Amino acid sequence: MRWLRRNLIGIIAILVLVYLFIPIAVVIALSFNNPSGKFNTSWNEFSLDAWKNICGVPGVCSSFVTSIQIGLVSTLIATLLGSMIAFGLVRYRFRGRGTTNLLIFLPMATPEVVMGASLLALFLNLRFPLGMGTVMVAHIMFIISFVVVTVKARLQGMDPRLEEAARDLYASPRATFRYVTFPLVLPGIIGAALLGFSLSFDDFIISFFNAGTLVTFPIFIWGAAQRGIPVQVNALATLVFVVALLIVLGAQFVGNRRRKALEAPVPEPILVDRLSRS
Amino acid sequence: MADGSRPVEDLHLRNLSKKFGDVAAVDDLTLTIPAGSFFALLGASGCGKTTTLRMVAGLEDPTGGTISIGDKDITGLRAFERPVNTVFQSYALFPHLDIFENVAFGLRRRKVKDVSAQVEQMLALVELGPMARRKPAQLSGGQQQRVAVARALINRPDVLLLDEPLGALDLKLRRQMQIELKRIQVEVGTTFVHVTHDQEEAMTMADTVAVMNSGRIEQLGHPADIYELPRTVFVANFLGQSNLIQGAPAGHSGDDVLVSAFGETFAVPAARSFAVGTDVIVGVRPEKMTILDLVDEHRVPEAHNRVHGRVTDVSYTGVSTQYLVMTPWDQELIVFEQNVVVGDRCEVGDEVVVHWSTQHTFGLDGSAGTSVGVDPEVLALEAAAQALIADAPES
Repeated sequence: MRWLRRNLIGIIAILVLVYLFIPIAVVIALSFNNPSGKFNTSWNEFSLDAWKNICGVPGVCSSFVTSIQIGLVSTLIATLLGSMIAFGLVRYRFRGRGTTNLLIFLPMATPEVVMGASLLALFLNLRFPLGMGTVMVAHIMFIISFVVVTVKARLQGMDPRLEEAARDLYASPRATFRYVTFPLVLPGIIGAALLGFSLSFDDFIISFFNAGTLVTFPIFIWGAAQRGIPVQVNALATLVFVVALLIVLGAQFVGNRRRKALEAPVPEPILVDRLSRS
Repeated sequence: MADGSRPVEDLHLRNLSKKFGDVAAVDDLTLTIPAGSFFALLGASGCGKTTTLRMVAGLEDPTGGTISIGDKDITGLRAFERPVNTVFQSYALFPHLDIFENVAFGLRRRKVKDVSAQVEQMLALVELGPMARRKPAQLSGGQQQRVAVARALINRPDVLLLDEPLGALDLKLRRQMQIELKRIQVEVGTTFVHVTHDQEEAMTMADTVAVMNSGRIEQLGHPADIYELPRTVFVANFLGQSNLIQGAPAGHSGDDVLVSAFGETFAVPAARSFAVGTDVIVGVRPEKMTILDLVDEHRVPEAHNRVHGRVTDVSYTGVSTQYLVMTPWDQELIVFEQNVVVGDRCEVGDEVVVHWSTQHTFGLDGSAGTSVGVDPEVLALEAAAQALIADAPES
C-alpha cells in the first residue's frame, strides 16, 4: 500500500505515455507486417517488403512528394510574409493596426470545414482552376497566422536597447537588422516555419475541398482507407515520424549543450586584490 | 586620445532642448564639457539627464539647439555616424554574440583590420581576457558591466556616455566599479559623461558635476565646491543634507549679510549669499555644526551663528553621532558630530545650543521654500510621522 502511494504518480505517468505511444507503435509495427488479407490491421508475419519497395503501390510516393512540395513552398512564402507582417505590426503605429492584429487570428479560429468550403466557393466563383496552386494559396493563408503570432511574440520580447546599442556602435539601419535584429528573431522564425510545415503536411480538410484532382498524402490515405491501406503508407508514416523525432532530439541536444555551457563555473577575476594593492 | 592619434576636443551643447509633446524634458541647455574630463550629470529621475545623454548619442533628436565636438557640429549626424559611444543602463550586451564579438562589434562595423589584437588588449584592460568566448548570460553583473565599457571604449570615441552604468549592481560591487571606472578613465584619457541619480557616485567619480532639475542645470562645478557652497535650495537638498532656515534680510554687518529668522539673527558672508529678494534662506551642512549643553553656552565663539533647542533623537552610527534638535519654532535640525571623544554625548531631552562658523553658512533665495529638491518620499514619510504623533494619545 505504501509502495503504491509512493509510486502512484510514476505509474499514472507511464500509463499516459503508453496511451500516447501505442498508436504510433502500432503504425510502426505494422509497417513490418505482411498482411494476410486486404486490410493491414492484424499481425500476420514479419516482412520487409513494404520498406524494400516503398513506392510499390501506385500513388503513394507521388502523393507524398506532392505534400512535401506544397508544404515547402507554402511554408516558405507564409514565413516570409508572416515575418514581415509581424515586424510591421510590432514596429510601426498605423491606422488599422488593432484591426489587423485581430483579423490575423481569424484563420486560426475558423473551423477548417468552413474555411475549406468558403475557399472552394471563392475559387469556383473566380473560375480559378483547382489544383496545387489553390491548395498552396489555402495553406499559405492559415500558416501566416501562426507565423505572425510566433514571430510577433519573439519581437515583442526583444530589448529595444539592443538595437540602439548596435546603432551606437556604428551599425547602419541595414547592418543593425542583419547583425542584431535578425539573428535574435531567427529562432522564432525557424520555430514558426517548422510549425507551418507540419500543419501544411498534415492538413486534410482544407486540402480536400480545394485540391480538385490533385492527390496529397493525406488525401491518398483517406482514399486508400476505403479499399485497405497499403503497408507502404505505414512505412512512409514511420519515416516521417523518425525524421521528426530526429529534429526534436537534435534541438534538445543543442539546447542541453548550451545549458551545460551556461552552468559552467565562471572564475571571478582577482579584481578586489588588485584594488586593495593600488 | 591617449595614443595621441587624435586630439581630444570639448563637447559643446548650445541651447539644447527637447520637448515631448508640451513637456520640456531638456530646456535650453548650454554646457561645455572639457576634453578628457569625467563629467557627471546628476539629477532625480525625469530631470532630463538621460534625454540629454541620448541626444548626444544621437538616439533622440533635439527639438532645438546644437551639439558639437570641438568645431564639428554633430547635431545632424545619425547615431552610427557619431564618434560617441554609450554604456547602456543594464548594458544591452548582444546575447547571441560571445564577449569577443560583442567587444569587436564596433570595429567590425567600421571595417577595421586586425580586430583581434585590439579586442584582446581591450579585454585585458577590463581584466576579462579568459572570458572572451563566453556568452554574456554566463557572466556576473560586474563582468557584464565591464564588457559594456570595453565594447564602447574600443572604438576610441571622442566622448564616452555612461547611462546609470552602475545602477544594476549591488552596493559593494558598485563601490568597486566606481574606482575601476575612474581608473579606466584616467588610463585612456577619454571624456566621460556620466548620468546618475546617486549623488555619492557623482561626487566620488566626477571632476565636474552638473546638478540638473526640470531640464535645466541648477549648478555646475567641482563636487567639493558645489557641496560646500550650494547656490540653490534644490542643490542644497539634493546633494547631501542641509539645515535650511527661512528668514528675511536684516541689513549688513561688515562683510556679512544679516538675516533674521524667528527672532534670531544669523550672519552670512556676503560672498556666500545668493539671495536676491525679500525671502532669504540661511543654510548650513549638518557636519559643520557643533552641539553643546546649554550650561556650556559661554564656550560658543563670538563670531558663530547659534540656535537653541532640545535634543529629540540621538543615533550613534559608529563614525559619528546624528542628533535631531528641535528649535523653539518647531523645526528639526540635523547635526552630525564626529565621535572623537568617547562618552560625553548629549541625550534625548537635553536643552542644547547648536553653533557653527559664519564661514560655513550660506544664503539662498527663499522664495520657493525650504523643501525643494528633498526626495518626495522623504517628505511623505515626515508628514506621516507628524500625523502619527499628532494622533497619539497624550501619556
